[in-house]
Amino acid sequence: MAGKKTVIVRVKRQAAPGQSVRWEEYEMPWRPSLNVIICLRDIAENPVTRDGQKTTPVSYDANCLEEVCGACAMIVNGRPRQACSALVDSLQQPIRLEPLTKFPVIRDLAVDRNSMFMNLRRMKAWVPIDGTYDLGEGPRMSAEQQEKAYPLSRCITCGNCLEVCPQVNQHTQFVGAAILSQVRLFNMHPTGAMHARERLEAVMGPGGVADCANAQNCVEVCPKDIPLTESIAEVNRQAIKQSVMGWLFG
Amino acid sequence: MKTPKVIVVGGGLAGLMAAIRVAESGVATDLFSIVPVKRSHSVCAQGGINAAKNTKGEGDSTDKHLDDTVYGGDFLANQAPVKRMCDAAPGIIDLLDRMGVMFNRTPEGNLDYRRFGGTLYHRTAFAGATTGQQILYALDEQVRRFEAEGKVTKYEGWTFLSAVLDDAGVCRGICAMDLKTMEVRTFPADAAIFCTGGIGAIFGRSTNSVVCTGSAQSALFQQGVHYANGEFIQVHPTAIPGEDKLRLMSESARGEGGRIWVPKQPGDSRAPLTIPKEERFYFLEEWYPKYGNLVPRDVATRAIHRIVFEEKLGAGGDAAVYLDLTHIPREVLNRKLEGILEIYEKFVGLDPRDEPMKVFPGMHYTMGGIWIDNDHAATNMPGIYAAGECEYQYHGANRLGANSLVSCIWGGMVAGPASVKYAKGLDKGWESVPATIFDRERQKQEQVNESLVKQDGPENPITIWKEMGAWMTEHVTVVRHNRNLENTDAKLRELLERYRRINLSDRTKWSNQTLSFARELYNMLVLARVITLGAAARNESRGAHYKPDCPDRDDKHWLKTTRAVWQGGEIRFEYDDVDTSLVPPRQRRYDMTR
Repeated sequence: MAGKKTVIVRVKRQAAPGQSVRWEEYEMPWRPSLNVIICLRDIAENPVTRDGQKTTPVSYDANCLEEVCGACAMIVNGRPRQACSALVDSLQQPIRLEPLTKFPVIRDLAVDRNSMFMNLRRMKAWVPIDGTYDLGEGPRMSAEQQEKAYPLSRCITCGNCLEVCPQVNQHTQFVGAAILSQVRLFNMHPTGAMHARERLEAVMGPGGVADCANAQNCVEVCPKDIPLTESIAEVNRQAIKQSVMGWLFG
Repeated sequence: MKTPKVIVVGGGLAGLMAAIRVAESGVATDLFSIVPVKRSHSVCAQGGINAAKNTKGEGDSTDKHLDDTVYGGDFLANQAPVKRMCDAAPGIIDLLDRMGVMFNRTPEGNLDYRRFGGTLYHRTAFAGATTGQQILYALDEQVRRFEAEGKVTKYEGWTFLSAVLDDAGVCRGICAMDLKTMEVRTFPADAAIFCTGGIGAIFGRSTNSVVCTGSAQSALFQQGVHYANGEFIQVHPTAIPGEDKLRLMSESARGEGGRIWVPKQPGDSRAPLTIPKEERFYFLEEWYPKYGNLVPRDVATRAIHRIVFEEKLGAGGDAAVYLDLTHIPREVLNRKLEGILEIYEKFVGLDPRDEPMKVFPGMHYTMGGIWIDNDHAATNMPGIYAAGECEYQYHGANRLGANSLVSCIWGGMVAGPASVKYAKGLDKGWESVPATIFDRERQKQEQVNESLVKQDGPENPITIWKEMGAWMTEHVTVVRHNRNLENTDAKLRELLERYRRINLSDRTKWSNQTLSFARELYNMLVLARVITLGAAARNESRGAHYKPDCPDRDDKHWLKTTRAVWQGGEIRFEYDDVDTSLVPPRQRRYDMTR
């Protein structure tokens, strides 16, 4: 590709769990507005490494490509982020792509983040309704309250906040900032609040809010600018209140 | 003992709602999705969801919603189902509100409603500009609750391959593939509801997500399920062009007062805000004084095409027009449109609060889809149901903005109970189906994988896909000519021939994404032919289907539902009458002032 402007991408590859890890480097023609996803598609269309070796297309997760589904989180040049909004022109080359490390690798850049959904289940992250038949309008809510809750509800479960959290490791079961922030969201909803006790009990259990060590890395990498540390502080406050009340009035 | 069981394929709005309804009735539900359901394409729906709640004293009603929808769809939709949907819509909003969807509020604490295309009423409830995401999450949470109670079993990371049909052609379950282990397995059930969404990938680049390939619809079609109105493809007027996808800039931008314009001077390359007002051409407002920037999407898209390709007035000399929000207060923009402004900022690098956005039409939605009956969301094959974008029922020849979310949820509400009733009414349930029926389908599908993996030809699946997308976008979207459509079909047949020589470059049997893509690609090519041939046959212009050679709607010959039938490997078309019992067809003229 002499003379033409190119993009160089290095990918950390692993064929399957337990298999050896290796780096491969690829080179592709530069075009305007390239993002990491297009680079990965280029590799799939021409699966050859920079030194001319035939290889396999890279496995990765991606869906909406507009940073709203949460699928394509990976480590780009050392930082966890969504690959779709990682624009090549803003990245230093060679662009280094690695899978998230806090989740089991499936293959290459694809990881299994099912634990996050399981933790949402554990925390009862929903508004319990009586049924889907017609029971009239929902509870009134002030615009102010909506404007506080809505940003929390934009969490895309990408897992970036877990990736940078020192407390998410092999020795703890910490559910992480995203999940705790959802507890805050449902405790805020007028109907959800009726069941706040159950959620707070879960939050006070293993892997709950007490495991947060206040590193505050989570807010730095959240692609949706969710006030995660505020959420954790609020859930912590609610949990303490509930346990003190329980102790006083048991 | 007979225990009824229903399978739902697809975990977007329609699939989740169907699953909730089935689970609520006490019937065991297996829910299949390629991606974790929370990552389904419904997250991309931005602007809102329609319901004639009439909260602004404008005299809106569900009958007016029906009229707008039918008129907007150029009278191709069967009207009785549309009426039932419009009547149900206010209750759907209440339900979503109860589930905790964070809709925007008025000062009194009521839900706020905004304007959208093809209507003169404030009928669209919204949660910022991420309404689809918010509604998807609410339904996802309810399904998670049923999952915790053991009423729903999720199979995330599985892709649908085929229906399991017994010797009488009755659906007895599905055959699916685990995208991690590549295991092919059959799952028995009494009924299967398909909620497999859009088909954007057939056009290469679209506003759709990666999983929106239409592969499931096509697979069913090749097993005998009819496919209706495939030629009706919605091209959204305002998207940001990109090499990987066309990123939608919601109609709500115009609903909140955004204006479309181009410089009057061809090739004017001045910075847009330095161009004086009198030197700007607000062509939609001028051509369509009553609806202005909120004409239906097919009308706006054709207008932009005319401005760019015939009048040569594209913004800055490019194939683009300006979508201008800079006159709207920042506080309003942040409260009501932040989600889409953020997309423009992140992907283009400019702030639409300070600078008009450059947008161009992009493939967005299929009005056509799996044929279902008017009452039960049942396909022509017993035990197979469909809901959401993958079916054809509610939008006629053109969908109005913010009607898709309501049709998805309503579709799930119809298909869920209908499938349960069918399952409970069967004399013999899935337990009594011989294992051989399942084994033969599994073996057939395994065989397809085996031969694909073995192939060692010179063709790359991504290359074939890109060629298909380029042809479909150029010839089967906004403007259609019969000669081009015939050439496109010839091209598609060539690609199907070349497909026989593809090389996956990956023979492994673990998380082989190329294998699943190759399987989808074949199905995309078949469905692309259905769309193209349907368009070639329909010699009129109606809604999104526009042929300059026959520019008028022709009710005498073409007030008909197209029904594609797969017969011996060939595509055949039948035509059915449309139910126009409620709103008599009238001329569709958005340029009238009254």
